[in-house]
Amino acid sequence: MDVLIDLLLQVLRPIGITEPVLQFMLVNAILGVSIYLTLHAGLFSLANAGFMAIGAYIGVILTQQAGLPLWAALVGGMIAAGLIALPIGLPTLRLRDIYLAIATIGFGEVVRVLILNFDDIASSLLTAIEGERVRFQLIEGARGIKNIPKLTETWHLIVFLVIIAFLLMRLHRSRFGRAMAAIRQDETVAANMGINVVYVKNVVFILSAMLAGAAGVFNGHLTRIITPAAFGFDKAVDILAFAVLGGTSTWVGPIIGAMVLTAMPEVLRFLKEYRGVFNGLVLLIVIVYLPGGLINPAGWARAWRRLNRSQSVDTSPSTGTG
Amino acid sequence: MDTLLQQIINAISLGAIYSLFALGYAMVFSILGVLNLAHSAVFMLGAFFGLIAIDRLGMPLWLAFPIAMLGAGIASVVLELLAFRPLRRRNAARISQLISSIGAAILLVNITQLLFMQFYNSTEAYLPRNLIPSEPIVIEALALRVSPVRMLIVLIALVLMMALHYLVTQTRTGQHMRAVAFDQRIAALLGINVNHIFIITFFLAGVLGGAAGMFYGVVFLNVTPFIGENVALIGLTAIVLGGMGSIQGAVLGGFLVASLQIFSIVIGGGSFRNAVVFLLLFVILLVRPQGLLGQPESTRA
Amino acid sequence: MLELHDVSRSFGGLKALSSVTLCVPPRRIVGLIGPNGAGKTTLINIISGLDHPDSGTITFEGVPLQNAAPHRITRLGIARTYQNIRLFDEMTALQNLIIAQHSRSRATLLDAVIFAPRYRQEERNLRQQALTLLERFGLEGAAHIAAGNLPYGDQRRLEIARALATGPRLLLLDEPTAGMNPAETRTLGEHILKLREDDGIAILVIEHDMALIHQVCDEIYVLNFGEIIANGTPDEIKANPAVIEAYLGSDHDDIA
Repeated sequence: MDVLIDLLLQVLRPIGITEPVLQFMLVNAILGVSIYLTLHAGLFSLANAGFMAIGAYIGVILTQQAGLPLWAALVGGMIAAGLIALPIGLPTLRLRDIYLAIATIGFGEVVRVLILNFDDIASSLLTAIEGERVRFQLIEGARGIKNIPKLTETWHLIVFLVIIAFLLMRLHRSRFGRAMAAIRQDETVAANMGINVVYVKNVVFILSAMLAGAAGVFNGHLTRIITPAAFGFDKAVDILAFAVLGGTSTWVGPIIGAMVLTAMPEVLRFLKEYRGVFNGLVLLIVIVYLPGGLINPAGWARAWRRLNRSQSVDTSPSTGTG
Repeated sequence: MDTLLQQIINAISLGAIYSLFALGYAMVFSILGVLNLAHSAVFMLGAFFGLIAIDRLGMPLWLAFPIAMLGAGIASVVLELLAFRPLRRRNAARISQLISSIGAAILLVNITQLLFMQFYNSTEAYLPRNLIPSEPIVIEALALRVSPVRMLIVLIALVLMMALHYLVTQTRTGQHMRAVAFDQRIAALLGINVNHIFIITFFLAGVLGGAAGMFYGVVFLNVTPFIGENVALIGLTAIVLGGMGSIQGAVLGGFLVASLQIFSIVIGGGSFRNAVVFLLLFVILLVRPQGLLGQPESTRA
Repeated sequence: MLELHDVSRSFGGLKALSSVTLCVPPRRIVGLIGPNGAGKTTLINIISGLDHPDSGTITFEGVPLQNAAPHRITRLGIARTYQNIRLFDEMTALQNLIIAQHSRSRATLLDAVIFAPRYRQEERNLRQQALTLLERFGLEGAAHIAAGNLPYGDQRRLEIARALATGPRLLLLDEPTAGMNPAETRTLGEHILKLREDDGIAILVIEHDMALIHQVCDEIYVLNFGEIIANGTPDEIKANPAVIEAYLGSDHDDIA
């Protein structure tokens, strides 16, 4: 395995991708899959940054405070994210598109602010219970948790991603996956087909949250420091950008989108300073001119025709988020 | 500790800013059916243009203010032309328009950030302190200290809102806007130039947002490219609370959110004020997504 | 089989349905007619679970339905088509029919992941049954074409095939002949009669086209302003003065 990875890195180094960059590309690929799941079921959820935060903090606490190994932290982070996703999903997923988007944005912000103030809240609660002043210090609020052991290794990420990819492929050929696609296209009719829409939506939401939580655990043990600010609205938009760039008509799309967007500022050095402008521009240009994203043959064909000012009527079915 | 009356006055002046800002969201959403998340960037641009006008071009406040509003209005129109119209032309899903607006917002904020570095070598700048006589008016009998800045803001905000109300209800353009809000296709069949209405609506929304931004800058004196992000979610909460399709709802929501913030600061201290707002947003969407003045049927999937 | 008692539904101040009592016996074809706005769509929405009555009861083979979720109603054996065709446009005709069998399939995600025999067998069956159904409706050629790209007539037939694929004992057809000429309508009528014969299902047809109603229905209910104003055989209805009056107000001359 190490040999293969070294080989891969040899190939990537000339274009500016070093091992740390590769690792972030892989973590972001996991995030891309997490938002792919919800989008594939027609849920426009921007909650993944919040779940990533939950996974990260739980995972880090498990390794730092409880001294557990990485795989335990991974399981813990994923379970925590999944458990929280259930009570959030049940009421929220009844909302329709933009309202769901706003609600999930709100959720993400609530998570961020709760993490920010967690120690203070816990202190107040404990003081009230104990009757004397108690100082709770675990999460450190805005300063974040530092000196996290660098436990994540490249092969962890690759194996995880491969497993996820396999599961995704099976998903698409399963009854559950078909139900997701039906719900995305017409939720009402899907219910009339005998699909328990509430069940499917919530399961998807939970799975997506667990993946985001896993990414959080991996990420925390890569960056070695986590702060609430890293998991705010900006992060949620980043994750969305992976899906928009890569396209959501296939599961490969968001993975490619994530890797490209992560690698771009490294490969094109001069972009580093303009990274924010680049991200915004990408979102804008892709959604307006290439709505199916990069991995979307029908979309490219349409864009090509438009470019050539062809008069032909486009009869191919629309895909992706357009 | 400030008195209740003092806090109410604070809430009113903060509410005026939030309401103006939320009105921009509400106008575009209720008339055009689009949630423009780049509106917060327009807000920030209002403050930015004002800053440049006063600080770099040496204009007096009374001139800088309308210039800032105009600039923001134009920026808003550019948004419509570049980020929304092409999507509308090919009947894209509403979500696409939302994503497009997010992209535009990021772009605008980052370009402004670059401009800030260009002009100031830092990502923040300050409006001069002596902009408006800021000696608070003290009313001994009621234990009030009212800053004239805030009073002026409330006044101007009220004037702008009344002007908007007049425009929408009494003029022919307003009539067209209401027709478009009702049904775009029917409005087009009636001979209304829907694209023009889009431009006018975005312009007005931008003007209001820019005014709010300018007020924000004058009150807090600190202008950064990121002030839009502070108010973005607050504005969203205001319109969700008031009811997303409702213009009066936006105003109501703005004042309610401001009051909530002021009082949560009083009770819990500064760091909680945003948490309370986001929690409110989340709870409203779950309990009563149509807000106080909105329509219930359209929010459920 | 399907029994509605005193079903009422209001929207705001508007009374869409008033004390509607209606019955569809097993293996019968029942028609529901009425001018536009009479409440027919509301009624079918309520039966299929998309809406719930304010008062009254709905039972299907004894099971109360009025508060059931749509997917439960489908699993009990009621399927519907839509007035404005709502196929899964991005899916092929075949895929549309496969997804319609959702409630009759059992394989879980886990089964799919481990390639369990149960999963493989079921996938084969689903596909086979979908193909058989397509052949029955003359749509084999369309199997791998996206539903959104099919010609209108094929789409209409696919819509019905898909409803049938859910394995219903009662089929709700919402204006199935919209956009069809008399010859096509006649053919559809024959199809409907065959459905009753071959599959033993009961059918509730909402229609404007009186030719179809006469061709297939055993009995008819007439709905006007949310109320049932008449009920009987097609001949009885044709001669019913209340019905004639209800139709005289609109520009329908298809009562003849």
